[in-house]
Amino acid sequence: MKQLTISGSPHVHGQDTIRGLMYGVVLAMVPAMLVSVYFFGLDAVRVMLISVGACLLFEFLIQKYLLKGPVSITDGSAVITGILLSFNVPSNLPWGILLIGALVAIGIGKMSFGGLGRNIFNPALVGRVFLLISFPVQMTTWPIPRPIVAEGITDAITGPTPLGILKEGLRKGESLQDLSSQLPDYLTTLMGNHGGCLGEVSAIALLIGAAYMLVRRIITWHIPAAYLGSVVLFSGIFWLIDPTYYADPLFHLLTGGMILGIFFMATDYTTSPMSPSAQLVYGAGAGIITMIIRIWGAYPEGVSFAILIMNAVVPLLDRGLKPRRFGEAIKAQ
Amino acid sequence: MGGVHPPEQKLTAGKAIEVLPVPSVLSIPLGQALGAPSRAVVAKGDAVKAGQLIARGEAFISANIHSPVSGKVLKVDEVIDTSGYRKPAISIQTEGDEWMDGIDRSPELVRECLLNQEAIVARIKEMGIVGLGGATFPSHVKLMVPGGKKVDTLIINGVECEPYLTSDHRLMLERTEEVLIGTTILMKGLGVSKALIGIEGNKPDALEALGRLAGAYPGISVHALKVKYPQGGEKQLIRALTGREVPSGRLPLEVGCVVNNVGTAFAVYEAVQKNKPLVERVVTVTGKSLTRPGNFLVRIGTPVSALIEAAGGVPESTGKVINGGPMMGKALTSLDVPVVKGTSGILLMDDTSSARVEVEPCIRCSRCVSVCPMGLEPYLLALLSANEAWDRVETGRAMDCIECGSCQYTCPSGRPLLDHLRLGKARVGQIIRNRRN
Repeated sequence: MKQLTISGSPHVHGQDTIRGLMYGVVLAMVPAMLVSVYFFGLDAVRVMLISVGACLLFEFLIQKYLLKGPVSITDGSAVITGILLSFNVPSNLPWGILLIGALVAIGIGKMSFGGLGRNIFNPALVGRVFLLISFPVQMTTWPIPRPIVAEGITDAITGPTPLGILKEGLRKGESLQDLSSQLPDYLTTLMGNHGGCLGEVSAIALLIGAAYMLVRRIITWHIPAAYLGSVVLFSGIFWLIDPTYYADPLFHLLTGGMILGIFFMATDYTTSPMSPSAQLVYGAGAGIITMIIRIWGAYPEGVSFAILIMNAVVPLLDRGLKPRRFGEAIKAQ
Repeated sequence: MGGVHPPEQKLTAGKAIEVLPVPSVLSIPLGQALGAPSRAVVAKGDAVKAGQLIARGEAFISANIHSPVSGKVLKVDEVIDTSGYRKPAISIQTEGDEWMDGIDRSPELVRECLLNQEAIVARIKEMGIVGLGGATFPSHVKLMVPGGKKVDTLIINGVECEPYLTSDHRLMLERTEEVLIGTTILMKGLGVSKALIGIEGNKPDALEALGRLAGAYPGISVHALKVKYPQGGEKQLIRALTGREVPSGRLPLEVGCVVNNVGTAFAVYEAVQKNKPLVERVVTVTGKSLTRPGNFLVRIGTPVSALIEAAGGVPESTGKVINGGPMMGKALTSLDVPVVKGTSGILLMDDTSSARVEVEPCIRCSRCVSVCPMGLEPYLLALLSANEAWDRVETGRAMDCIECGSCQYTCPSGRPLLDHLRLGKARVGQIIRNRRN
């Protein structure tokens, strides 16, 4: 008789695989990708292809020739980094700058820590923030979205983002009321027809993807709920204090990279905490830092910085906030 | 908290219990109960009857063993048992099927229990009853509540949350009233007036059958539980039924509960009402490639190969044979090993599903943390174990791990989390014992 296989229990395995989860995230980003092509045309396709291609290429080169180890570029994680990096830049970003961003994201953000599962900071955000401080002009020149179905002039025109209008106007001493004519309404920000990075403009497309990830249990509610809640609470308090100076919570949620950050970047497995309580603190912390930067900071937008700062706190949160142990509190009937 | 939902695969839920023919040779291991092995009281060449005491449990935690058949003792030496190790065992050559006097094997129900508490405990001890859920803890010890502890609730475990297994399910359907009478006897033996029977909601027929008859048995109530593995874990079951949580490192006694399996309740019925020792049990023999999977009433000591033969023989594609269910069962090294008191099922897995998935790096997805029913951090404990940081394995409460396997089942990276945890538990257990001495 042939030999029997011997191994410890469990003898069955669930359906989840790294690939399944990673490509699930990629699928969740498809609505936002389609919207970006709709608004920014072939430029969006160009930026996404270069970003994803460069991330895969750099990961391959580093794994094969620098580390001389196994190549794992098909696991989907570098694809996510590539898409997220492209989502976080203007659609007219020159390809050379994009390549530098991809190299920093994969090379410094991910591989220098040991690759998949070991990086402390979200790689796409490392790349994005590096570009933002190194190429501030190119990184903050946003083309006005022009639906590909629209007729007329073909030259792209650039313009500021809603958050940029807000920050600049308030700095000049204008009130929210004065600025309201320049700011897009909620429906526009929800759909995405306003200035911004190519993947962040359409809240609705991102929310569809987020719902898919929640339903498929790729992510849990803890981080998004805490992030969203703290942003609403923080901005809401200031808005109630002085609605002529502070924008309302809905404006903050629907502009900039807020929805993209909350659901697609703060929830990154590797760079977020492990226990539910730590995830709540992490999400809330990111929300508060985002709002501090948006209201008082030099930059109009704070999502990227907030998430990176909270990434750095994760080891501490993992150590300090443990899951509730069974039998910790004895409940009487 | 926690838990996973593996496919249920209850292929044999609709298969009535069949009586397996008595095999010609049986091996009865002496270490079938948790605790000290029993001491053989027969020798080579002795003639024995079915139900005759052949090994005595002499330590406080050990159990008597009776001959499952009539025949002649072939030898008293060692065989490979389900653990894969050579263990002392008594081999018996079957001759006829002659039972000891006083054992009632008729199907007639005996409802009235005339014994008092003390006599019930003594009878259960005498008949070698052990926990049939898998842990095989001697049942009489569970009924002897230490001074200072107060027990108010008996819990009967009819959850059977392991995929594939259906032996408890069939018992609840086919020996419904016996299970209830056994429960009443256990209540009396324990001195409690309340018993809760917990069954997963995926067995509506068993819930209905027991629920319908339970009304006639004062103090017994039947409860449907959420379908979730490991709902049948002792601590998980107590919490689901009473809201109480057994503190770390303590017994259910601490929260006033004693848990017994439905199979044990049935064995108690037979022992007390029918004077019948624990010499046979229901075993599910299952697997997707088996031609005749089923539930069989089997004499203890029957070789697993005979069981599989009755279920249609070993399929060509078999890669792994498991004693128990797929989540917590042990892979067998040989098909010659005997069925013991703790054998609830034999599961055959195909070549394709026998191998483990490829191991990839931990991506910190936190799934292992969210599914752990004990609120542990399996990713961290596995890492600490691999790094031999035993003090941190201990403070991380590795000893709370019930080895349910949910973490490893759910890990998208296919990491052998439970392997590391078991190693950690073994080493930390050793360290704790050394510290005490």
